[in-house]
Amino acid sequence: MIELRNITKRFGDVIANDQINIKVEPGTIHAIVGENGAGKSTAMRIAYGFYKADEGEILVEGQAREIATPHDAIALGIGMVHQHFMLVDTMTVAENIVLGAEPGNAVALDLAAASVEIRKLSEEFKLAVNPNAVIEHLSVGQQQRVELLKALYRHARLLILDEPTAVLTPQEVEEFFAILRRMREQGKTVVIITHKLAEVLAISDEVTVMRDGKVVGRVQTSETNAAELARMMVGREVLLRVEKPEANPGSAELSVQNLSIVSKGAKRVDDVSFEVRKGEILGIAGVEGNGQTELIEALAGLISPSQLSGKILFEDRDITKEGARLRRELGIAHIPEDRHRRGLLLEFDLAENAILGVHYRKPIVSYAGVLLDSMAIRQRANDIIQGFDVRPANPDLPARSLSGGNQQKLIIGREFKVEPKLLLVSQPTRGVDIGAIEFIHRKLVSLRDAGCAVLLVSAELEEVTSLSDRLLIIHEGRIAGEVDPKVATIEEIGLLMTRGH
Amino acid sequence: MKLLRELLFPLIAVVAAFIVGGILILIIGDNPIETYRLLFGSALSWPVGIGYTLFYATPLIFTGLAVMVAFRCGLLNIGAEGQLYIAAFATAWVGITFANLSPWLLIPMCFVAAIVGGGVWGAIPGILKARFGSHEVINTIMLNFLAVALVSYFIQYHYKAPGDPIMQSVPIGWGAHVARLGKFVPGLPQFIPLNLAFILALVCAGLVYIFLWRTKWGYELRSTGTNPSAAEYGGISVRKQIIIAMTISGSLAGMVGINEVLGHRYRYYDGFSDNYGFTGIAVALLGRNHPVGVIISALLFAILQRGGIPVDAFTTHVTKDIVQVLQGTIILFVAAEAFFRGPFAQWGLLKRSKV
Repeated sequence: MIELRNITKRFGDVIANDQINIKVEPGTIHAIVGENGAGKSTAMRIAYGFYKADEGEILVEGQAREIATPHDAIALGIGMVHQHFMLVDTMTVAENIVLGAEPGNAVALDLAAASVEIRKLSEEFKLAVNPNAVIEHLSVGQQQRVELLKALYRHARLLILDEPTAVLTPQEVEEFFAILRRMREQGKTVVIITHKLAEVLAISDEVTVMRDGKVVGRVQTSETNAAELARMMVGREVLLRVEKPEANPGSAELSVQNLSIVSKGAKRVDDVSFEVRKGEILGIAGVEGNGQTELIEALAGLISPSQLSGKILFEDRDITKEGARLRRELGIAHIPEDRHRRGLLLEFDLAENAILGVHYRKPIVSYAGVLLDSMAIRQRANDIIQGFDVRPANPDLPARSLSGGNQQKLIIGREFKVEPKLLLVSQPTRGVDIGAIEFIHRKLVSLRDAGCAVLLVSAELEEVTSLSDRLLIIHEGRIAGEVDPKVATIEEIGLLMTRGH
Repeated sequence: MKLLRELLFPLIAVVAAFIVGGILILIIGDNPIETYRLLFGSALSWPVGIGYTLFYATPLIFTGLAVMVAFRCGLLNIGAEGQLYIAAFATAWVGITFANLSPWLLIPMCFVAAIVGGGVWGAIPGILKARFGSHEVINTIMLNFLAVALVSYFIQYHYKAPGDPIMQSVPIGWGAHVARLGKFVPGLPQFIPLNLAFILALVCAGLVYIFLWRTKWGYELRSTGTNPSAAEYGGISVRKQIIIAMTISGSLAGMVGINEVLGHRYRYYDGFSDNYGFTGIAVALLGRNHPVGVIISALLFAILQRGGIPVDAFTTHVTKDIVQVLQGTIILFVAAEAFFRGPFAQWGLLKRSKV
């Protein structure tokens, strides 16, 4: 269907794609895997006309083609769905789909005809999308299907999907894969960019593996396994399971008693009680949006006490009404789920990011308790950069310029550096490379073994079950149950996650 | 290298504006080179030209700093104009009311009055935003009208010399006068109103730099400006920062009153501000919200203002309105930065570092 031949793309001194060859057979689902920065998105953006390759050629259905703009790509039957949707929230599905290819004549917009066409496509692929629904009322999963429809409406025969499952719940992923399989049955070709190996194995026919801008392998999915793919991606053996010694829990560090949280007019967390003990990792599993975000933010002191009821006790001290600063001073650290929104000052350099939260304390502040000590700041930044292998190891770079995995390592390093008594961790490995995931997991376990109480929230079921010593399942803001992660099955946990009690 | 890149864009904007202005002068029927020579030659002539240019630059440094401090906290202070009017009146009021005090007492009191007056007027929209979330742009604009009307009222009905046809207050006491630089600089005549407030402006620029980039308070303020959610996460009170930033911003704008009342007219003169507060926005923008940039761009705007006068007098057709054209064009070019990043990016000059 499409073939990239000897494509090279440079950004300044960085070679994003180095003589790569990717061949996608028609009527298949082809996965392109690789760590962040391996060049997979660049390659697909070249195929879609976003970037122009410095060298090499693109063949579409056997013929060399010039794809200079996305317009050319669409004309050749290539569609792309981006990780971040490009939809107008206040407009309807049909209006969004026709945007840029409006039917009708110069004056009148013929939405009715478009709606019929959209309905037909929606039924053909069982997308269950109502053309008259307004985008902002749709779930993330539904919005993604609108993006698919947008491509199908433009007669795409090849769909390129950039990290399509990153925003979906486990259930939505299943539905989404069913749609992709139907598309394949109808003769469409799908290219899926991802770094989640389980999904690659579940959905694809063929896999192209990239590392450091090069294609390092192409295998039939049926003839490979997760360990082999991980090794190809990282370039060395990778431990996919966490190996950890038995926990040795002490007394309760954090005690949450009948906590309820009201946010944006709804009860997000409802009468939740639990304890986290020193030296254990307490996991909270649940489909995203079931109150985990609010729970962690409330514990970190980022939700106004007026929205809370119940009690939060830290070392037997009631901190329910205390702000984020005092909680940090008591020894509570927080690795937030959204590192761009909460965790980093993207425009600031790494050194300035390394002191967020301790910026007003010794030794960062010296001279009369007001002036920042730039030597101490650099010292701390370099400690974190070295201890957590942040790359590139230059404290003067803006945080924005780092890859997601390195940004995450910087945050984790910063929060570890304060030697917390309680660590609140949310989605610690989201969007992080496999190699870095292994590293982060080992660090979390070592922090636990040093006697820290860890509260871990993750949407990755595999991650919470393998890291946690005890596991709570949250559903619609309530604790649906507690299981022993060593013996509980995924089915058992999944059932609690979706149905509650 | 980083510094060069920061300087390059404002420089391009200024040069481009002068080219556009030159074309305009050509169309009007004068010689652009001759006109610019007149403009710069007079504004930079020693001592009168330079003296006046620095005098004009003084309020612009203050308002430029005011706008930039607010901006660094993510706030747009359109209210420097109102803040400096309130401050000028406050300082004049102290200078009039305590006219007989010794300078050792009166000068500090007048300074404090200007700083507090501007600070309070700046704090109001800050508190409104922190407490109720109401937008600072709307509130600062509204407070400008309020300030102007309020001060005019007091001058007209309470502080004008009886029978004086000019809308101005009675003079302030001798003890409140700030010395003119002519007193200290040989060759600089004392009729030029350039005074110690200019030095104060430079000191303030230095203090603003130290405050923003070398203290924990500045770190908190800038963190709030770049990402309030992350600042909150780091234990920083966003509301507090908003109020602090607006108060400092208002105080800086308020120091225009020191230059105007204590160093220049020795009384409050109604409507004295030549849009200093608004020009301050352009000064901060062109100066890339950095104290050094603010000083440089304030000087440039002052040169234009001073140089416009001989242009008016000695060219055949061009009037001093050309200054407005140049100022406006500079702002347009600066504001069009995003557009310029496109074509210039391929030269590798303005490329954002990509790793």
